Amino acid sequence: MSDDEVAPEGATPTGHAPPERDITDGGPDMVQFLAADGTRLEVTPQTEPYAAYLDDLDDDDLRGLLRDLILVRRVDAEGFALQRQGELGLWPSLLGQEAAQVGPGRAMRPQDYAFPGYREHGVAWCKGVDPENLLGMFRGVNHGGWDSNDNNFHLYTIVIGNQMLHAVGYAMGVDRDGAVGTGDPERDTAVMAFTGDGGTAQGDFNESLVFAAVTNAPVVFYVQNNHWAISEPNDRQFTIPPYRRADGFGFPGIRVDGNDVLASYAVSRYALDRARSGQGPTLVEAFTYRMGAHTTSDDPTKYRISAEVDAWKAKDPIDRMTAYLTSTGAVDDAWVEETQAEADRLAARIRKACQTMPDPPHEEMFAHVYAEPHRLVEREAQVFADYQADFED
Amino acid sequence: MSTQTAPGTATRMTIAKALNAGMRAAMERDPKVVLMGEDVGKLGGVFRITEGLQKDFGEDRVVDTPLAESGIMGAAVGMALRGYRPVVEIQFDGFVYPAFDQIVSQVAKMHNRSLGALKVPMVIRIPYGGGIGAVEHHSESNESYFAHTAGLRVVTCSSTEDAYWMMQQAIASDDPVVFYEPKRRYHERGVLDLGEHGGALEDAPHALEDAVVRVEGSDVTVLTYGPMVKVAHAAAQAAELEDGPSIEVVDLRSLSPLDTDVIEASVRKTGRCIALSEAQTFASITSELAAHVQEHCFYHLEAPVLRVGGYNIPYPPSRHEEVFLPDLDRVLHAVETLLEY
Repeated sequence: MSDDEVAPEGATPTGHAPPERDITDGGPDMVQFLAADGTRLEVTPQTEPYAAYLDDLDDDDLRGLLRDLILVRRVDAEGFALQRQGELGLWPSLLGQEAAQVGPGRAMRPQDYAFPGYREHGVAWCKGVDPENLLGMFRGVNHGGWDSNDNNFHLYTIVIGNQMLHAVGYAMGVDRDGAVGTGDPERDTAVMAFTGDGGTAQGDFNESLVFAAVTNAPVVFYVQNNHWAISEPNDRQFTIPPYRRADGFGFPGIRVDGNDVLASYAVSRYALDRARSGQGPTLVEAFTYRMGAHTTSDDPTKYRISAEVDAWKAKDPIDRMTAYLTSTGAVDDAWVEETQAEADRLAARIRKACQTMPDPPHEEMFAHVYAEPHRLVEREAQVFADYQADFED
Repeated sequence: MSTQTAPGTATRMTIAKALNAGMRAAMERDPKVVLMGEDVGKLGGVFRITEGLQKDFGEDRVVDTPLAESGIMGAAVGMALRGYRPVVEIQFDGFVYPAFDQIVSQVAKMHNRSLGALKVPMVIRIPYGGGIGAVEHHSESNESYFAHTAGLRVVTCSSTEDAYWMMQQAIASDDPVVFYEPKRRYHERGVLDLGEHGGALEDAPHALEDAVVRVEGSDVTVLTYGPMVKVAHAAAQAAELEDGPSIEVVDLRSLSPLDTDVIEASVRKTGRCIALSEAQTFASITSELAAHVQEHCFYHLEAPVLRVGGYNIPYPPSRHEEVFLPDLDRVLHAVETLLEY
């Protein structure tokens, strides 16, 4: 606007000021089965397509989900503590996102492949990756301490959004292998790609949606909208929520309550079934909240208010599921106490593994740079070995 | 070109056809080989290097992708993780940068960061270099960016024979290979001998990472690659015709890793060295050659190593490229400088 133009009264200077809104409210499209207080909600026409997947769950399964939530939170707390005590260089906490991760984690079948970011400790847990193995990269002994193909859980990807394309390419391969739409539950395979609200701004994220759409790839894009990309809130990343973006790419988008493990489980099952049966991609947005800092290096008091955190604390995924299962009689206080004790034992094991994790021999730096012999790396490895040997004399 | 040529038969064909034949042979040999890129299917690529392959191998193996280079590269990584061997075409050198992040952060590092558990056996084909009167972003020589990145192999061909064999070797490699194709030489013809077994890979005349002495000489070594091999060859011939200095031409073929044995042996013999490329010389393959030669051949050198390459400016509008790109005269001028030193 030039200087001599006069803004109409009431107009904002830029015209782009975001509307005030309640960021704890997922809106009417959000799929939810448990209210924040643990009350089981009535199935509606909107939630009906997903509700059937909950009918499969007996009390053992439901207790299993709650156990996962409790154990995963404890693993995460231990990672945080280990960083504070100097055993890890960094830890990205998933606190608050346990249900957003355990739902899809348990919805996947063993043959389904997951491509995580770096905060998916809960998905890793459900895919059978030992939490001990997550620590190596944060301790600086490796860049990823597990074989992705053992559990169909790819290494953590740190460059935001890169993994979304890998998931689509992997899914294109699954399709070429004839592992889609056969009706064989052991064979049909889907791929899940995990990122966050910040990740949705990346070019790779958007390109992955394009590629998945035009190839009808058996992939589920799973966006954990935890509302903060380090210090930047949702309104710095998008003006319409991620789940609505799917429509523009030509496939369904679903917003799910990420703090309701029944909802995240059911919606993930639904989306995975679509993928496995050849109906193509789905974008799921899990509406959740990062209760802790971005990582142990971050200080969220600089950019967000405690009232917001308190409001989300009232939506806690573990309290909610505990209340629900207590009300149905599936769990009691003794069960919860025993599960907490199990979690403490798991944490003690992780702690010990971390503290006793050996530093790698330095010559290992030169291993696995290439799969086949390489003149330069071999020569430098020898130069390094000779140089080190000089100090031993 | 058919790969069913009778054993021992030599054929004349262009570099473009030889690249095509190399890919065809690799696809026939291994059903996991998949070509991906913009316009590689029906059109056969803007340079027709993949011509006819979609027709013969189907749309699942020759994939016309969306117009998004990072997307192509990232999807290829995923396919490689699923057990495929993607051969990705980047349409022009200057269009690779959107994929730079995927190449450097993911393709190059995947094997290492997985402690050897994962492999990404991909080939990234890039038509490169100038001399064709193209518009901006279509004439670049950006091989140094990728040679600088550990985890990638970078190779380039300069002849029909190398185009055919190196393409297959690159596809067969378990490492990611950036394969630079000298686009202004695409339509130059050479001889291809398929060997005793009609093109079996073990009959390839050279290993993928070997340098080859193209012209033997005794006074000056010219280390070069890709489109400049022909220029160096012409310089050697011109000097010979005039009873001038004897120029040895080394075709590097592999830019990462470098075949330092062949390089050092040649320079120790001649005592003089020119590193020649189309690429700008600053922080480049030719810089690396100059540094390596002075570190390892110092006592054999009669003169400093000279670099001859593109000037350190953005690739100019094509009306300038005749003087921007090194030619016969600039090479011979450098040879004279070395001999007068």
